Amino acid sequence: MDVLENGTAGRQDARPEQVVTQPAVEIAHLRKTYGPLVAVDDVSFSVAEGEIFGLLGPNGAGKTTTAECAIGLRTPDAGRIRLMGLDPHADAARLHEIVGVQLQASALPPKLRVGEILDMYRSFYRHPADVGELIEVLGLAAKRKDFYKSLSGGQRQRLSVALALVGQPKIAVLDEMTTGLDPQARRDAWALIEGIRDRGVTIVLVTHFMEEAERLCDRVALIDHGRVVALDTPAGLATRARGGKSVRFAPSVPFEDGLLTALPEVTRVEYEGQHVVVTGTGELVNAVILALASAGVTARDVQLDSSNLEDAFVKLTGRQHDKVEGATS
Amino acid sequence: MSTLALGTVGRRPRLGAITGTAPRAAFGQIVRNEARLALRRPIGLIGGVGLPVALLVIFGEVPAFKQVLPSFGGGDIFDAYVPVLMCFGLAMLALLGLPIPLVAYRELGVLRRLSTTPVPRSWLLAAQGVVQLGTAVITVAAIIVISMTAFGVPAPKSPGGLVVSLLLATAGLFAIGLLIAAVARTATAVNVIGRVTFFPLMFFAGLWLPRALMPGALLDISNYTPLGAMVQAVQASMKTGFPPTAPLLVLAAYAVVFGYLARRFFRWE
Repeated sequence: MDVLENGTAGRQDARPEQVVTQPAVEIAHLRKTYGPLVAVDDVSFSVAEGEIFGLLGPNGAGKTTTAECAIGLRTPDAGRIRLMGLDPHADAARLHEIVGVQLQASALPPKLRVGEILDMYRSFYRHPADVGELIEVLGLAAKRKDFYKSLSGGQRQRLSVALALVGQPKIAVLDEMTTGLDPQARRDAWALIEGIRDRGVTIVLVTHFMEEAERLCDRVALIDHGRVVALDTPAGLATRARGGKSVRFAPSVPFEDGLLTALPEVTRVEYEGQHVVVTGTGELVNAVILALASAGVTARDVQLDSSNLEDAFVKLTGRQHDKVEGATS
Repeated sequence: MSTLALGTVGRRPRLGAITGTAPRAAFGQIVRNEARLALRRPIGLIGGVGLPVALLVIFGEVPAFKQVLPSFGGGDIFDAYVPVLMCFGLAMLALLGLPIPLVAYRELGVLRRLSTTPVPRSWLLAAQGVVQLGTAVITVAAIIVISMTAFGVPAPKSPGGLVVSLLLATAGLFAIGLLIAAVARTATAVNVIGRVTFFPLMFFAGLWLPRALMPGALLDISNYTPLGAMVQAVQASMKTGFPPTAPLLVLAAYAVVFGYLARRFFRWE
């Protein structure tokens, strides 16, 4: 988890806060109801060009509906949607040229070959990608002559992504693309998405999978009950959720709370059995260790808080996220 | 004519369908893949081409079928079966061959995926229609050629009447097939509905009891069924000349009414 956090932080250092000048995706006050059910309620966000933007939330939160409204598959009740300045309905034709979509649970005819499917979808676009290169990148080159039905789940998913990319889109909308994949296939898919972004494609990633959002997304909109409950970088969300950083340790001898609460970096001191959990900001760990040492207390078993998007999720939505998916790593 | 029925469905005011910018070549690619699929799941070809042609050859070899029917203008039983077997092929293609892939595509999400591309979803319907129509042409041509060359059936009296009859019959049957595609939720349901529709229709076409032998009341009903009307029109074209207006109107009515209903109830998702 530490490695992961470092990786995330490192990437964000390399990609400083995006200045949203000409957003690739712009959604304002989107609302969509199905009868009495309000699926999406006043959702607003914008995605910068070249960004990987996550729509994260539990099943039924409204993230897929949001994505489907954005690509014109559903008509919103209210709100404004623009993708590269295009309205999904009024400019549907031009929008479909520049937006590639990978839908959840969308299969293909079992008895078509991979190459035949790709050649057909390629013919739909005026400026298509090179199929040979695409399947090379997606690791499907050896499968070109195989029937769709003979592909594994991961291969089908990659073909689905290939179809989303064969029109050389400026924006790719990927809905739950790693659901049902084994951990290795999932990691491959993540590397793939990063590769796509590096080619300049803006990516909107719909996922209910914390680790995926944390690993891939530049920013995440946390959606629950049809609303955006938080919008930040994954690290930002995690930090916000725990109200700062925290460090956990077992003191060699008991000490007065005041020793630590007096420090400007510390906001809270709590006890968990033998352990002390100190929450705060800035150079928290250094400050705590130094203060303890000056009082002759040794901190043993020091652990940096590994709280993450998962904790942010629980805290911000007030419900326990289904951990089954996350347990695979 | 059947493309008319398909076109109506496709022309439903759908976003993207009107303003589609997909290259025209895409339609050819879709037809190509649909044709490949038709060849790879040959159940449609077996029912729509193989079975009627096989029955034709078998019937042609049965001595009893050489028996002349007094009520059939001097033709023998075999002559009476030629249009019935055309019906068999067309009905198989229209009631099963056409709707099964369409409903399967809806079930699989193929239509949904297509609607995120520049290609209008109606193109897939039209492509399916083209493939089934092509198959129907093969069936009809095979039946006519084999019956004429191998079994001495005389050439059609009115080739124009035959073409008109077959086009109207195809339009009517394809419209029924599209309505099945519209109301059935799963490919399995199409299979059931298609078969349940197929056998009574084939009964009235005269598969078990030639129309020439049907009692008056049964014949009256048969005249108003799509396959009964088709047999009537095709038979007239083959033996006497341009078919009477009544069966052609019946077929046209099926095309219009079922085409409208199919368009009305067709769900893309």
